Amino acid sequence: MTNSINEIAQAQVILVSGSNTTEAHPQVARRMFDAIDRGAKLIVIDPRRTRLAEHAHIHLAIRPGSDIPLLNAMMRIILDENLADDLFIEMRTENYHALRDMLYQLDLDETAEITGVPLAKISAAAQLYARAQKAVVCYCLGVTQHICGTNNVQSIANLAMLTGHVEKEFTGVDPLRGQNNVQGACDMGALPGHFPSYQPVNTAEYRTKFEQAWGTELSGTPGLSLMEMTHSGPQGAIRGMLIMGENPMLSDPNLKKVEATLKNLDLLVVSDIFLTETAALADVVFPAASFAEKTGTFTNSERRVQMVRQVIPPLGSCRSDGEIIMALSQVMGYDMRYESMAEVMEEIALLAPIYGGMFHDRIEGCWGLQWPCWNRDHAGTSFLHKYYFTRGRGHFVPATHEAAAELPDADFPFILNTGRVYHQYHTGTMTRQSSSLNREASEALLEVNPQDAARLGLRTGDWVELSSRRGSATVKAHITEQVAKGSVYTSFHFPAVAINLLTSDARDPKAQCPEYKVSAVRLEKINP
Amino acid sequence: MKDVLTTCVYCGCGCGVYLHEDQGRICGAFPSRNHPVSRNNLCVKGWNIHEFIHHPARLTEPLLRKAGHLTPVSWDEALTYTATRLTEIRDQTANQGLGVLSSAKCTNEENYLLQKFTRAVLKTNNIDQCARL
Ligand code: SF4
Repeated sequence: MTNSINEIAQAQVILVSGSNTTEAHPQVARRMFDAIDRGAKLIVIDPRRTRLAEHAHIHLAIRPGSDIPLLNAMMRIILDENLADDLFIEMRTENYHALRDMLYQLDLDETAEITGVPLAKISAAAQLYARAQKAVVCYCLGVTQHICGTNNVQSIANLAMLTGHVEKEFTGVDPLRGQNNVQGACDMGALPGHFPSYQPVNTAEYRTKFEQAWGTELSGTPGLSLMEMTHSGPQGAIRGMLIMGENPMLSDPNLKKVEATLKNLDLLVVSDIFLTETAALADVVFPAASFAEKTGTFTNSERRVQMVRQVIPPLGSCRSDGEIIMALSQVMGYDMRYESMAEVMEEIALLAPIYGGMFHDRIEGCWGLQWPCWNRDHAGTSFLHKYYFTRGRGHFVPATHEAAAELPDADFPFILNTGRVYHQYHTGTMTRQSSSLNREASEALLEVNPQDAARLGLRTGDWVELSSRRGSATVKAHITEQVAKGSVYTSFHFPAVAINLLTSDARDPKAQCPEYKVSAVRLEKINP
Repeated sequence: MKDVLTTCVYCGCGCGVYLHEDQGRICGAFPSRNHPVSRNNLCVKGWNIHEFIHHPARLTEPLLRKAGHLTPVSWDEALTYTATRLTEIRDQTANQGLGVLSSAKCTNEENYLLQKFTRAVLKTNNIDQCARL
């Protein structure tokens, strides 16, 4: 996020795209409701009528996968209404002409047709957003989990820059991070192409810095991404995997391929707190300590680095993941020894500029620090892009509509969309063990629109066989107007309905993000 | 008996949550009153965050697959076996055949150590996590 979570409460207009915020980011949603209480206007872009959409002043229920045409139409309207922030564009951005040329070639009626939203509604939303002084955009996986995810994100950036709604307090573009420490894992360089602090591995200067610090030679070739590893197939290049706290056997798309890959590895090592679906396939399983049994830091969506404190010693003979890595490294002949996690943080501060001022003793004494925090005296940064964009001028990249990789047809007439529910978390490794949470939501439900249900003779509670070109699953139907006609929706937390057996593994070529949000499926009622 | 302030492990909001410990067990959770995100409030996942910690299904011993079954072994055995096999595969495939998945559930320090291990010891950049899922 470029803003802090609390800033959202002060915005005048909040545009939310592809985020089921009330369920996936409750505290962010709470700030949105605070803002509405203060008189702010809420615009929600979501194919589903989510809880948040019910509170929206304008709900743009677009067809899945038509984010770019919608955003382009909004930008065209902003130009036509003369609402672009010319001064900002002149002073702070580049490549504006390319965007403007593309927008002027757009046929507004045709574009509105693609999105399935009336033009008047799009126009109202565009003007509301553009006229606001303090406008925030929040987006989440509904935007990135498409074949054109990178372009979707770019289009949001275009919209924000066109109206000058960036780099101010209470104003900006805020990607919401799905899991607690996704931000931190990226910051720390758990990425195939980057060292900590986003320093590219193929730049000699950075590589030399890390080679000197670590006293060993390093490879400058970017590695494989998650999907390239887990979908490489039984004869793939990857022969051994070390998986720490992840459960690709439930979370990854097209599970059959993942299973074929993992089962045919020469070595699979998993470290986790429970025997997950992935751990059950492993050759070696390490029992890991839970967050209550170790010390360290997490980085939240607003880039706030906060302490995780040990409350009890590790259960049984569990060890923290950090200790496991150190021990393994030791046995393999590379001396990796730290007295404490505070010492690891000191090394991070030395090598990762954005964490340059992060030390446990500092973070201990306050509510955490927000990066970039360049040195010990730096107070952290509550909103980004304050005086300049991280890369100099903001660059407009025009994007045009790209149809989803798999569209519904006669055989598979429905669009399947997947996501999270409020009471469960990711693959449910932790939440499914909690009786209180299971009481609230213990099985996956397939949301079906009443009109479709009437045609198929379905009622809430009926069992449905859901199939795609890749696999099938049996799931209970839940009839609701939350989903649009022609679409169905379910969550991926439960192994009994491993919905990712069905999902498409088509992915965005730039970000390698799988297209979870659009798969073509067929529904059949099962008579018990 | 004590209450320890820590950070919620579930979503990216990062609420400040107190864990209530009694006789070595964690038996409750409640929000921090002044934390800038939680401000005396948690969602249902946060209020019940302690429930999985002492679950009987928790893994407590290293397991090694012997004759097709995951069998409890000592840390030494598990680590030595893993180290030997990782070294073999790394050397046989000219540093190309190993892949590592890190986790958004691990701390920053652990993510740092794991990518350091992958790059410095396994000699590959094949490391990723579930940011996109
Ligand atoms: S308590 Fe709820 S809103 Fe807060 S971090 Fe945990 S899961 Fe997120």
